[in-house]
Amino acid sequence: MLIRRPADILPSEITDSGLYLARRRFMAQAGTLALASALPAGLAHAAGQSLGPLAKSPFSATESQTLYKAATTYNNFYELGTDKEDPAQNTHRLKPAPWTLRIEGLVNKPQTFGIDQLLKLVPLEERIYRMRCVEGWSMVIPWVGIPLASLLKLADPQGSAKYVEFVSHYDKATMTRGVLDWPYNEGLRLDEARNPLTILAVGLYGEVLPVQNGAPVRLVVPWKYGFKGAKSLVAIRLLEKQPTTAWMKAGPSEYGFYANVNPEVDHPRWSQATERRIGEFSKRKTLMFNGYTDQVASMYSGLDLRRYF
Amino acid sequence: MTPDNRQLSAIKAILFMVCLIPAFLLWRGFEMDSLGANPIEAITRNTGEWTLRFLLITLCVTPLRKYSGWHWVVRLRRMLGLFAFAYGAAHLSTYLWLDQFFDWQAIAKDILKRPFITVGFAALVLMTPLALTSSNFTIRKLGGRRWQSLHRAIYPIAMLGCIHFWWLVKKDVTEPLIYSVILAALLGLRAWWRELERRKQLAGGYLQQPRFEGKVIKIFAK
Repeated sequence: MLIRRPADILPSEITDSGLYLARRRFMAQAGTLALASALPAGLAHAAGQSLGPLAKSPFSATESQTLYKAATTYNNFYELGTDKEDPAQNTHRLKPAPWTLRIEGLVNKPQTFGIDQLLKLVPLEERIYRMRCVEGWSMVIPWVGIPLASLLKLADPQGSAKYVEFVSHYDKATMTRGVLDWPYNEGLRLDEARNPLTILAVGLYGEVLPVQNGAPVRLVVPWKYGFKGAKSLVAIRLLEKQPTTAWMKAGPSEYGFYANVNPEVDHPRWSQATERRIGEFSKRKTLMFNGYTDQVASMYSGLDLRRYF
Repeated sequence: MTPDNRQLSAIKAILFMVCLIPAFLLWRGFEMDSLGANPIEAITRNTGEWTLRFLLITLCVTPLRKYSGWHWVVRLRRMLGLFAFAYGAAHLSTYLWLDQFFDWQAIAKDILKRPFITVGFAALVLMTPLALTSSNFTIRKLGGRRWQSLHRAIYPIAMLGCIHFWWLVKKDVTEPLIYSVILAALLGLRAWWRELERRKQLAGGYLQQPRFEGKVIKIFAK
């Protein structure tokens, strides 16, 4: 005999998986926080910890964000290994605290910041940016950061300063040897560095930046290929002459100083016309300046982007 | 130790299953969503690496036979070679379907413009006649000598495979280097054998009467 009885649980009563996952994360964060408050201040800065209320930004993209898990397990951070999964597995090789970041070179007021100072300098902002890797994949990442311009202002660049060099942490004892000329470095023109889109990121998804994403502080320049975003910065140096970056040294014909996202200028070995957004099945067209033309194109008027790739 | 025909069939059946393991693991990884953030890249890379590995394994058969005296292993070679082709075909299909989504214009441009795709594609094209002439029937039809010279194409094919891998990596060439060193050793062996043969001929070793060392065996079953 068939017993007709409605299900015990109404579909509307079933907890949405997103909700319970969020609850789990909340519990984990609460745990981390409880632990953090029990530790001395210097050790409190740990991945996964919430960065508190964040100012929203008009520059944020409205596209759907890449999954946290994808953004924190698929990384290019050669110091921690050259496979995409390596950095997340080798986080013990880099200690993000204590940490200091220097601003030096052609500045009137050289600065040295501890990471805690850096977090309190200006209100932290959430910046949801597209990130396009030179390898042909992309993500949408909600960074937490501060505009680089405000930091540069504190250091008061001298009139002769035309370029900014970014230097990453390197420890020969624990990090990858060979492959690139360490320490990793990158560079921007001073006007690019001062562009309101350029930030120093200290977090993502509202939390402290995980090691594999470049903890504790990294550069994010959303209209350029991802490798421009030097990770785990120890120095920002103002220079008169254009610095030669790690990738320019590794392959001068393949990686230029500008590295602006440009679907019309191919990498010598592969096309840059399309990209695979991580999490999506089919490819999408790559946008000029990664879709940030309105904010950045004026800086390059009159520049031959094919020559200055 | 020479297995009889029944034992050899069993060995072949087991080897067949073993050769399918990488495909099974890949399929399971896809089903369980454990291929990482970029599964299409993982599938492309995995099938490509197994193509190269099976090519190198196939090239190990002759040295193994020569140095171990297990002449029967040569009867496993066809299956290994066909698996190299199968993984290569899967690799190409991944590129055509999952990566480019049959955008023939983009594919044609890629093959013509990107040297690493050109050589990879050339390697697979060159493998096709080898796979097509692998049956006993075609071996008989072609004749052993012609069949053999055709199938020596595996040497340039494996070289193209290594170049394909080398040219696609961004900077860290460790892995393509490992494959290339193994291939160089396997090809070097053959060059060395040839040199030995040449010296033997120069010394007039064959003038009196050709001499067989070991016993003559058929390399394919009837």
